Amino acid sequence: MSSTQNPAGPGEGSAGSVHGAIEAVPVRHPGRWIAAAIVVVIAVLMARSVATNPRFEWGVVGDYLFDPRIMRGIVKTLELTVIAMAIGVFGGILLAVMRLSPNPMVSGASGIYIWIFRGTPVLVQLLFWNFISAIYPQITFGLPGVHLDANTLINPFTAAILALGLNEAAYMAEIVRAGILSVDEGQSEAAQALGMTRTQTMRRIVLPQAMRVIVPPTGNETISMLKTTSLASVIAVTELTYAAQLIYAQNYKTIPLLIVISMWYLVGTTILSIGQYFLERHFGRGFQRSPEGAVGV
Amino acid sequence: MSEPMVRAEQVHKSYGRLEVLKGIDLTVQPGEVTCLIGPSGSGKSTFLRCVNHLEKIQAGRLWVDGELVGYRQQGDKVHELRENEVSRKRAEIGMVFQHFNLFGHMTALQNVIEAPVRVKGVPKAQAVTRAQELLTRVGLGDKFNNYPSQLSGGQQQRVAIARALAMDPKLMLFDEPTSALDPELVGDVLAVMRELARTGMTMVVVTHEMGFAREVGDTVVFMDGGVIVEAGRPAEVLGAPREERTKAFLDKVL
Repeated sequence: MSSTQNPAGPGEGSAGSVHGAIEAVPVRHPGRWIAAAIVVVIAVLMARSVATNPRFEWGVVGDYLFDPRIMRGIVKTLELTVIAMAIGVFGGILLAVMRLSPNPMVSGASGIYIWIFRGTPVLVQLLFWNFISAIYPQITFGLPGVHLDANTLINPFTAAILALGLNEAAYMAEIVRAGILSVDEGQSEAAQALGMTRTQTMRRIVLPQAMRVIVPPTGNETISMLKTTSLASVIAVTELTYAAQLIYAQNYKTIPLLIVISMWYLVGTTILSIGQYFLERHFGRGFQRSPEGAVGV
Repeated sequence: MSEPMVRAEQVHKSYGRLEVLKGIDLTVQPGEVTCLIGPSGSGKSTFLRCVNHLEKIQAGRLWVDGELVGYRQQGDKVHELRENEVSRKRAEIGMVFQHFNLFGHMTALQNVIEAPVRVKGVPKAQAVTRAQELLTRVGLGDKFNNYPSQLSGGQQQRVAIARALAMDPKLMLFDEPTSALDPELVGDVLAVMRELARTGMTMVVVTHEMGFAREVGDTVVFMDGGVIVEAGRPAEVLGAPREERTKAFLDKVL
């Protein structure tokens, strides 16, 4: 309403009779200059050390940066990330809706799932899935006529996907639940008063608005997942980290190869952060802080 | 006499041990505007929410257009309605909320077409034409593509009215539609409601706007402590109340 402040506006009030822009002597901040100088010195020292220490072997880093084995490792890492996050997101939505169900058995089952999968280390879960055939040599799903051999069904890659995806679902469930609860009760009431069913209300009204709250932490989870996939190296999935390990096990160029994969992880997380920005913008529509064309109240 | 649009007989509602409605008897004829007034906590909003089954009643009977609300009578047994049956009945009753409750992720136009398209299966093009008519009728012909956050409270409430009307309801419920508005925005919303009343819409309005109740209401119902204290023509209830409690309330608000 009266938020438009014109610096050259009428000079009434305590400012006296001075018109025009204020030209005041700014407050000096010597502390800031000193801090900046210290940061610059430390940065230069570190950069020099990294550049001149021959044991970083930057030449070797260059040699292996686009090595086909590293490239295949990247593809595997991306596959693991995408599939595990897909399982995580859909599993999370399912678990969150279950958690909010009026049926205590359904809600309780979801609670217990979340308790177990969040309460044990993902590395341990990864090992469990890898050795699942030791627990269930034959997978029958309790159905007659179904006899699947666990050893052919569960290879290290599928074990990693199951472990990472099912673990992620437990975390996503809490994120989705928080998102659903963040949507005002009045939204579902209005939808129901219009004759929409519970399912329609959830799909059309509540979840799209919950996305605004769900997307930012999901972006963090995805970024985190990209890095967590490196755990799959312990069960010999040739993702990026294991691919590098295989190489330096032969040539002992450990440090340069760790730098190579760190660079690729950074590239990946940077791209994901940019994607997250656009997703947030999409799901934030209607909720911008200063909407263009806003009508004064 | 025709079937009443709303008929309540000894409606009781409680939250746990707190009894909010203690036996409401009320009849609303088609085309009538009934205004519910009374102090906060008197149960008027709760009663309104019972009419479209947003709240379950614990005793008594409540009919809308001759059909039980939320239940089906078979012989002398009463069965709860399934969720989709309740939804189908709610679709015939429009409701306007104190806090508008517009869908924040949808533009004004999307808000209005959502239920006709998703609930009634109206073709989208047809729903859009109708939504544009309705939004123009409530004075928002230039705001089709604005999001709720870009509209003032009064404009949001008029979109909410258009959204309810888009379902061609046979009954409109208003739950304190102007209570959350800045004083200078109340008039526009009341004007839309007055216009709606003139078209013969059956309306039940919970309100603190005594001027509106007096001018537009066919019946004014004064509620206090979960019961109807007094009901009648606006001139009688507001002008010459017979009950002490009504007098005391009116003295405070007028």
